[in-house]
Amino acid sequence: MTETADVIVIGGGIHGCSTALHLAMRGIRVVLIEKDYSGRHSSGVNAGGVRQLARHLAEVPISVFSMSLWEHIADLVDDDCGFSNHGQVLVAESEPELEAFRERVDDLKLRGFIHEELIDRTELKKLVPAVSDQCPGGVVSRRDGAADPFRTTQAFRRKAVSLGARIHEGVAVMGLRRNGAVWRVETSAGAFEAPKIVNAAGAWADRVAAAAGDPVPLEVIAPMLMITAPVPHFIDPVVILRSRKLSFKQFANGTVMIGGGYRARPYRDENRTVIDWRQLADSAKTVWELFPIMRSATIVRAWAGIEARMPDDIPVIGPSASSEGIYHQFGFSAHGFQLGPGVGALMAELVATGATNLPIAPFRVDRFKDGLAATDH
Amino acid sequence: MISDLEALPANIDLAIIGAGPAGLAASTIAARRGLGTLVLDENPGVGGQVYRAIMANPVRDRAVLGADYWRGEALAKEAVASSAQHAASATVWSVSPLETAGYEIGVSMAGRSRMITAQEVMLATGALERPFPIPGWTLPGIMSCGGAQTALKASGLIPDGRIVIAGCGPLLWLIAWQYLNAGASIAAILDTTPRANWLGAMPHLPAFLASPYFAKGLKLMRAVGAKVRVVSGVEALRAEGTDKVESVVYTKGGREQSIAVDVLLLHQGVVPSINLSNAIGCRHTWDEAQLTWKPETDDWGVTSMPGLTVAGDGVGIAGAEAAAERGRIAALSAAHRLGKIDAATRDRDAAAPRATLRRFERGRMFLDALYRPAKAYRIPQGDTIVCRCEEVTADRIRATVPLGATGPNQMKSFLRCGMGPCQGRLCGLTVAELIADERGISPQELGYYRLRPPVKPIALAELAAMPKTEASTKAVVRV
Repeated sequence: MTETADVIVIGGGIHGCSTALHLAMRGIRVVLIEKDYSGRHSSGVNAGGVRQLARHLAEVPISVFSMSLWEHIADLVDDDCGFSNHGQVLVAESEPELEAFRERVDDLKLRGFIHEELIDRTELKKLVPAVSDQCPGGVVSRRDGAADPFRTTQAFRRKAVSLGARIHEGVAVMGLRRNGAVWRVETSAGAFEAPKIVNAAGAWADRVAAAAGDPVPLEVIAPMLMITAPVPHFIDPVVILRSRKLSFKQFANGTVMIGGGYRARPYRDENRTVIDWRQLADSAKTVWELFPIMRSATIVRAWAGIEARMPDDIPVIGPSASSEGIYHQFGFSAHGFQLGPGVGALMAELVATGATNLPIAPFRVDRFKDGLAATDH
Repeated sequence: MISDLEALPANIDLAIIGAGPAGLAASTIAARRGLGTLVLDENPGVGGQVYRAIMANPVRDRAVLGADYWRGEALAKEAVASSAQHAASATVWSVSPLETAGYEIGVSMAGRSRMITAQEVMLATGALERPFPIPGWTLPGIMSCGGAQTALKASGLIPDGRIVIAGCGPLLWLIAWQYLNAGASIAAILDTTPRANWLGAMPHLPAFLASPYFAKGLKLMRAVGAKVRVVSGVEALRAEGTDKVESVVYTKGGREQSIAVDVLLLHQGVVPSINLSNAIGCRHTWDEAQLTWKPETDDWGVTSMPGLTVAGDGVGIAGAEAAAERGRIAALSAAHRLGKIDAATRDRDAAAPRATLRRFERGRMFLDALYRPAKAYRIPQGDTIVCRCEEVTADRIRATVPLGATGPNQMKSFLRCGMGPCQGRLCGLTVAELIADERGISPQELGYYRLRPPVKPIALAELAAMPKTEASTKAVVRV
């Protein structure tokens, strides 16, 4: 038997679930197909950063919009998603770095964005007392924060279901083809048909895109995170670095999560990653140098979620370049969690009306045609 | 004996993790067959749990621990005398597959770590005790029989005060017997073996009678029964007390009874320790007879990952002597894969260990059926704590299933159970059986935690100080 809908969303991560929710809110009949379970990969195991700070210029408008949804997230999904906003701080490790940050903050201001604020050594020490005295300042985005990623993805899934979205987990897409005015998606649990498809398949999205005639240079990545046993409370905001790879966050229970973009070896067809301890040793070294208070901490777990990175480190958002009725929403390149609520709303708007209120042209799927290939890291 | 991190070989043919009976027997065979062999164990001496401190035991009187314990001495001496290298107080915190073949092993010794590589890895990490989540089980004064036995073997310690031992399984009788030998007085043994289990166990009785387990078990139970009050058919067991355990309460034949205690030892069997095999990525299956997860292996102990074997109780509980045979069999298969012996030699040499192993495995079925822990003691109700690290109760787990926590990994994300330092060792089985029960499916359908390395916590400073040179990175790539 073939199940029909107005829109089929492929992928049950934060983006797929958010889009399904926003489509359902518009009264659109939506089916979501997820090969594992919602939040199984990056959406459920990422660092949980809810960050406008230090984003690519093209992403700033959608990030700011998404933040407006985060600030009332319980109104949207009936769950606070563990969201707290103690700010995020980008730490400068040298004067030249601080100077570069100043230019960036000034540039943002000229464009009308005031969420980033340059801070000096004194203010940095006030926000992050434990940071090494060597650091001359930084940038703060005071409304940023963090949430619980798996809980958030599940909250979006539950709310979407409560509004009529049909979600099929453990169902893998085998192929898609055009059947007159509708798209037919063959899956491990039968066929689905709808005039429109949203490709939110994360690390597997290149396969859906290729089937739709939009080959993309997607790189499968698995950013590593590690977490410590509880240490006494010493930090509120999330801390990130630029020159060296590090992000840093203490939870209410005292545990500290250390991330920053070092990558595990991903095996996307086996849902598996292999941790690279030599690189985590580098992360540990950076923490050891910048946060003396952490020197007695103990690492209890390390992990990595599988996701997609695009060569220019910004996502693909928008209609297919070659197939009517196909829309893409993937390639968030290790910083898509905060964008989930907002981009889901934009995608629902695009699917329903054919246009969006915010600029999404920089994210078009055919921008790699000039031979920009996935870089190998 | 290697006691210094720098003295570890950078690359080895076979790394054996665990120096219990399986690891010891395997190392002797592997070394004899010409494999460069390294045994890593976190304890100061070889022997594992069952033969703990076998080469340096503080308990001088051999009668206390018994002949079965001292049987390990020959095994240990043979292994130590072989060309296999032994690293003591060496904690393996990670094993991960290299991109081509072989494995990288994170080893910590005396507060410093480094990575070494091995063509083959054998996990001989044995068993751990099944959780026994009764009301009050987290009160001070309550410990597991295994913990009590460790203290006795390693330090000759027995606790003061009124001791009650409760639960079921062979180890319960062994610790009681060893305690009595060491001069302890035991107020009572509360046997929780469900009476109905006898029915399921009877078909396996002939094989049991023909197995080495029978004579041993009977001797122990007779000796203990002659000196200690044994209460059988114990139900609704719980511990009570405010700051520490004060009494153990149970019903027998519908009547509630209470015994004042200072020390309560709990035990309801042992299960394979799968934290390492799980974290490496091996496939596991649910064993309904032993009510536990075990890594999928072929009859040479080879897991779903090439060059990675598991030997001993880690592939299913069968005891020390069976563990040694499994170690020998797995070592022969490793020697064959690394080109030291041909298939005919491997098969010929494995024949005798296999014959012995079969006798143990067949006898074991009776014990598994008889000592199958009651559902009430595996799947707790109400506010009984399931996850000790994060203090998560049975009720909270049941209530979280409908929110989308349909498996152990989702539950972990919601409630943090299994995320504490024990990495699910104390709650994993309970959480899995609880969710499966709530959803009306089998644990096999449900699956288990995906465990994350490090399998043992590692200090941040130790990780930060890990040697990381171009040369060592390249050496790894070449292997």
